[in-house]
Amino acid sequence: MVITNGERPAPRINDLAFKIGTVNGTGSASANGLLRRAIFRMGIPVSGKNLFPSNIQGLPTWYEIRANASGHTARTERFDLVVAMNPATYARDVAEVTSGGWVMYDSTWPLPRELNRDDITFLGVPLAKMTVDNFKGSRVRILMKNICYVGALAALLDIDMEIVRGLLKETFAAKAKLLDANYLAIDLGYEYALEHFDCPLPVRLEPMDGNEDSIVIDGNTAAALGCVYAGATVAAWYPITPSTSLVDAFTAFCHQFRKDPETGRNRFAIIQAEDELAAAGMVIGAAWAGARAFTSTSGAGLSLMSEFIGLAYYAEVPSVFFDVQRVGPSTGMPTRTQQGDIQFAAYASHGDTKHIVIFPANPHECFEMAVEAFDLAERFQTPIFVLSDLDIGMNDWVIPKLEWDNSYRPDRGKVLTAEELEAATGPFHRYLDVDGDGIPWRTLPGVHPRGAYLTRGSGHDRYGNYTEDSEPYADVLARVGRKIERAAAHLPAPEIRLREGAEIGLVTIGGCRGAVLEAVDALAERGVEADYMRVRAFPFHPDVEPFLAAHEVNFIIEQNRDGQLRKLLIAETGAKKDALVSIRYFGGYPMSCHHVMDGLASYLDGAAAAAPDGTGPHEAASGALAPAREGATP
Amino acid sequence: MSYIKKPRIHHPALTRNRLGLTRRDYEGTMSTLCAGCGHDSITAAIIEAFWELEIAPHEVAKTSGIGCSGKTPTYFLKEAHGFNGVHGRMPSITTGAHAANRELVCIGVSGDGDSLSIGMGQFAHVVRRNVDMLYIIENNGVYGLTKGQFSASADVGSTAKRGQVNREHPIDSVLLSLNLGAGFVARSFSGDKEQLVPILKAGLRHRGFALIDVISPCVTFNDHRGSTKSYQYTRDNYNQLVYADFVPPAQEIATSIEVGDARSVRMHDGSHITFRKVPEDYDPTDRDQVYGYIRERQRAGEVATGLLYVEPAPQDATDAVDFHGLQGTVDEPLANYPFEDLCPGADALEKLQKRFR
Repeated sequence: MVITNGERPAPRINDLAFKIGTVNGTGSASANGLLRRAIFRMGIPVSGKNLFPSNIQGLPTWYEIRANASGHTARTERFDLVVAMNPATYARDVAEVTSGGWVMYDSTWPLPRELNRDDITFLGVPLAKMTVDNFKGSRVRILMKNICYVGALAALLDIDMEIVRGLLKETFAAKAKLLDANYLAIDLGYEYALEHFDCPLPVRLEPMDGNEDSIVIDGNTAAALGCVYAGATVAAWYPITPSTSLVDAFTAFCHQFRKDPETGRNRFAIIQAEDELAAAGMVIGAAWAGARAFTSTSGAGLSLMSEFIGLAYYAEVPSVFFDVQRVGPSTGMPTRTQQGDIQFAAYASHGDTKHIVIFPANPHECFEMAVEAFDLAERFQTPIFVLSDLDIGMNDWVIPKLEWDNSYRPDRGKVLTAEELEAATGPFHRYLDVDGDGIPWRTLPGVHPRGAYLTRGSGHDRYGNYTEDSEPYADVLARVGRKIERAAAHLPAPEIRLREGAEIGLVTIGGCRGAVLEAVDALAERGVEADYMRVRAFPFHPDVEPFLAAHEVNFIIEQNRDGQLRKLLIAETGAKKDALVSIRYFGGYPMSCHHVMDGLASYLDGAAAAAPDGTGPHEAASGALAPAREGATP
Repeated sequence: MSYIKKPRIHHPALTRNRLGLTRRDYEGTMSTLCAGCGHDSITAAIIEAFWELEIAPHEVAKTSGIGCSGKTPTYFLKEAHGFNGVHGRMPSITTGAHAANRELVCIGVSGDGDSLSIGMGQFAHVVRRNVDMLYIIENNGVYGLTKGQFSASADVGSTAKRGQVNREHPIDSVLLSLNLGAGFVARSFSGDKEQLVPILKAGLRHRGFALIDVISPCVTFNDHRGSTKSYQYTRDNYNQLVYADFVPPAQEIATSIEVGDARSVRMHDGSHITFRKVPEDYDPTDRDQVYGYIRERQRAGEVATGLLYVEPAPQDATDAVDFHGLQGTVDEPLANYPFEDLCPGADALEKLQKRFR
């Protein structure tokens, strides 16, 4: 049945967003993935965002798909169509459709009258009835109901059915019975929609050639692949959402690529530790003994690891920490995304510490930065943090195909070999800056008696001896500090995009990239030119400060309450505080272009100087005047 | 006597082992612990054990946590890499080092505070994981560096130096590790080098996790009347339950004949532990019985010592359930593995990505 309300929107091709509301544990993930993959194979840039609860079965979950020919696939909150499969969230789902849009619902049961909206169209498909009539067994019926709505959506949005069928065939190649069931389900939905609705909708899809050299992958899988390619052999971890899938993927890749062909034994060790403290300790022990070792965690785990992080920093043990950020503080919202650990990672642990942190924006960078992290860790003999987040780590992104240069060899940094130690004329001293670059030579256990030294987190002098004396202690700590400062120029440079006539700078970090680049385009359409910079590492690369200095006002756009990137920029560059205006969204969903535009609203209205509460320009334009709204609603 | 520097030149007549090394070559720097500290006696026993086993010092990784015990790796094997990490976390660092390089001979020195309070979690899990290491707890029942607080191994009723009485139940590392499945469990006394050295040697040769809890009196904070970890108390209530000898592979036959009907337990590397004297109803390979027996001796007020429990090695080495056996790791240390055999390369990546279309 169709209840048509409001005016039909103007035709729009390859620029739409829709959302499917289901109950977790009902197998909707594979159906939703099928949709996203089919659109990808039609050559249309597409993203899929899974908004899932911290729960195993029975709570609401949503999958959002955005297809956009211009490549703007950041999250949007304007949905042309919502598939409302979960009665518990009908009201919320119906409310989220843009005016003139559509709601598809299971018309086996009547839609509650109070949910009617007079500006959208309701498309009823009797999904439950169709599956009950055609399939046996409750589990199969539940699963096939999902495939039915895929079929209906294919008709409504003009998704290529040959591609959908091809994908089903690939998935169920070895299970003929399941394949037949899926074929039937997909046809049931498709035929019903064709028969009952005016298909396709004016907002629809059309094949294009936007994805020729692209793949779809999540950041955790890409990062895990990077670890395999970098030659990491020891992983120690403790399960925590949203980082678990990184080690899961690493495990799977190791079983695929790292088995000794003759003995079937493992060229890797993956240790599920008793907690994150132990995981960090194992990584540090393994790295100290010469392996490339890493851990993967999220903010809560990083808090536990901070004791060991200080040790690795001070004792100069190369180690790699992936922090797939989730919403904090404390347990926070485990299945929601945030950039809340920027400041913590930068200075984790007590005493004077400062760490190298790199910030991937997407799975492509997760792969590349994973490899780079191991090189940096060994070159600078220090812990390296790769700060991804739940959105990057667990959602599917379309990225350019990953490339690998077979001539790559790990940069193991300054490690003395047995031969070098044998030939050395003087004694070896672990913390002596013999080359004047702040990076001493290190040795590995088991190699040569002349390389021996005692690694310690207690006060030590440049010769590696215990000390409680002022000067020898300060000498080493100052040198370690210099080492990290000097590393800045060797870290990933910021991504900078300049535009003719730009007056303002938009500065961002990590996964906000898509939303901010979309905002740059949206601003240009309104006649406002903005330069763009995405910071990719801390300590800040030498290119960061000149960009800030070149703009009277820079908007620092990030996903946390306190403007952590802005704080770091103020603390660690010469930029003037008033020139850095904060735009923040921290509600737990991936950032959308409209968050950026809302944050810029007062600037665009020329009202920056007239903040109603007199907090001055940097707060006025920051969006912080309405933090409750920002934080409370997705 | 920390102000004294050790002489660099030694008497030429010092006995050399087959590596040509004297006991001096197995020493470290001068101890900075209190004169008479039990830990120093343990250090001396460690030096003796390594020298006798003829292990090249640089093949050893020595690790520790925080506290007086944490300082001791500096005092032995100066030609070995050492890692004095953070409090209670020695097990995880050792696990990582062993994961990366299985050829390292790992020895971890911890204390009762380090292992049974702050590091209880890591201690339990390193046992479970059966990491191939010798784990020594230098057990004095007290926190020395912070001046005399009770530790978790202090017995109910024992008194602190200033007279406070401990009323909380102790954690006994021997009973605990028996419970957790440790394959080698011993208790000894720093004042009994004759007993300690063979146990250390056997522990170093045991494949998998080996625990030696050594009562090691703190002369400054816990050696008074009322303490149950004092020299006097330990000597008065000492029960050398089990006499064990460590017999390296080469001497196997001769020694076996000498000991006659003594029980002999084979180890992974072909060496044996022979038990010279055990109580009649005591089987050191029966975990449940050992547990019960120790409990019984404790109720009688005795400190049962010796190599109390050992799991015989499986006949087939591939059945080993130590860390690397469980992991299924290759024989070559992961740390030395050629990069070419670790990186799948460009073609594999190209092929793999078809999955992501």
